[in-house]
Amino acid sequence: MIGRFFKGLSIHVTLIIVCVISLAPFLWLCSTALKGMGENIFQYPPVLIPQEPTLWSFKRVMELVPIMHYILNSFIVAFFTVILNLILSALAAYPLARMEFKGKRITFFAILATIMVPFQAIMLPIYIIVLKLNLVDSVSVPMGFLGLILPFAVNAFGIFLLRQAFLAIPRELEESAVVDGCNVFQIWWKILLPMIKPSLAVLAIFTFIGSWGEFLWPSIVLTNESLYTLPVGINNLAGTFSANYRLVAAGSIISIVPILIFFLAMQKYFISGQNEGAVKG
Amino acid sequence: MYKFSNKITPYIFIIPAMAVLLVFFFIPFFQTIFLSTMDYSNDIYMPVYVGAKNYIELIKSPLFLKTILNTFWFMILCVPVLVIVPLILAILINQQIKGKTIYKLIIYIPVIVSIVVVAIAFKWLFAPTGLLNYIIGRMGWHSVGWLTDPNVAMISIALVTIFRGIGYYMMIYLAALIAVPKELYDASEVDGANFIQKHLTVTVPQIMPAIALVSTISAISALKVFVEIYVMTKGGPMDSTKTIVYYIYERAFENLDLGIASAAAVILLVIVLVFSSFNILVFEREKYKL
Repeated sequence: MIGRFFKGLSIHVTLIIVCVISLAPFLWLCSTALKGMGENIFQYPPVLIPQEPTLWSFKRVMELVPIMHYILNSFIVAFFTVILNLILSALAAYPLARMEFKGKRITFFAILATIMVPFQAIMLPIYIIVLKLNLVDSVSVPMGFLGLILPFAVNAFGIFLLRQAFLAIPRELEESAVVDGCNVFQIWWKILLPMIKPSLAVLAIFTFIGSWGEFLWPSIVLTNESLYTLPVGINNLAGTFSANYRLVAAGSIISIVPILIFFLAMQKYFISGQNEGAVKG
Repeated sequence: MYKFSNKITPYIFIIPAMAVLLVFFFIPFFQTIFLSTMDYSNDIYMPVYVGAKNYIELIKSPLFLKTILNTFWFMILCVPVLVIVPLILAILINQQIKGKTIYKLIIYIPVIVSIVVVAIAFKWLFAPTGLLNYIIGRMGWHSVGWLTDPNVAMISIALVTIFRGIGYYMMIYLAALIAVPKELYDASEVDGANFIQKHLTVTVPQIMPAIALVSTISAISALKVFVEIYVMTKGGPMDSTKTIVYYIYERAFENLDLGIASAAAVILLVIVLVFSSFNILVFEREKYKL
């Protein structure tokens, strides 16, 4: 009995320590952002609880930097990246799961091959292609967004995830739909897509988080500050106001809020077993 | 073949995705190989075909060899920790304890926060008079030049990558743990195994595929590390944190040396291919029905 109690206690203590470490950098950012002008943020020994807490830094950073604009840009990019991934993956996954056609094997292996090639290895020619296609912010705002979205519009993990989902649906369902006079697109849209909703949700969430946090690509293609996404904007803020830790900390905290809300709203998909096989990516 | 689909139907479904992959994957892929044989150093608009010259130059370059060694050093620092620590945490959370959900949520938070923000926060924690040096000072140790000492900087970067990876890999393990039959633990307990023995003899063999998966994904992500370095050290001090991807970035987008950058990219590609084809051949044969 006592052994069990101590086992439980040591598990909780270990997990609580890990949780504290997981939150510590963000709490430190929060504390720095909340400290008043009268406080020395470089005080030694460091003080975690602000003595004169104030929201001044948050207000000030929003006046100086268009953070709301960055959030909107990030949202636009993430939203359309998700939509395109859902549509393109769901389309491509269906014949790969259910139809026989010439070139199926080679298509399959071609998609599989994309998993093995890191984006970083081929980003230079992608950049050149994006320039040639005029998908840059110097041409126009919509083109700039397209340049951020299109290279990530589909990926192999999404296609394979949805293919697995289609494979799990009984074939009889489609056969009876054919008898009812549905054509193949109606079957796909009206019958099969609603059935793979959980997989679509998983794909949508992971694509959203990935797109929201993406830094390397936008930092390469963007030249116009009005198109900056959050990671690029925050990195820029950290460079411009490197001496003013309060502002950078406040900006960083603001940038965490939207994705944190999204995460908490969608948490059941993260923490249930539903993301088996999907967490990869 | 289905009676409801004619010959072209499958292609209508496939073509949109394949068009995107063609433009943003297959063409750039072959272009990388092509560019790696060209010399851009004299005139960026008039490249000259030079065959393997870029590769030879890279292999002879002490800096490039250093970036490869740095990258592998980084991988060695991250991968064992990212394979073992998340597994231990997953096993602990998987016990009959209260508050599982809240633990999972909190440990996953570093994964969803943009790596730029994490790197900024750590840059401060690692500062000479930052919180970390204060803590170890209180413990009676000397200050550490987390990002300024060439012998330590890569370890600091690895700490950030580990910090941000633990929740992610823990979720993969948790998904795998669901499938382990409970009876195996009962049998092990009857044999008198303690907590650690039980998990070493039952859990670890049962979730070997997940362990293999985590090893491969974390190894490949380690080979691609960039943002942490870009935000925290820019490859310094004394090139001690310059990795392959950082080198490619620098040569391509700062020096506009497209040939050399592409050759380095092809070398990265080959290294990643070796790691990932190993994974697919050994562990995922079943999944993709190869």
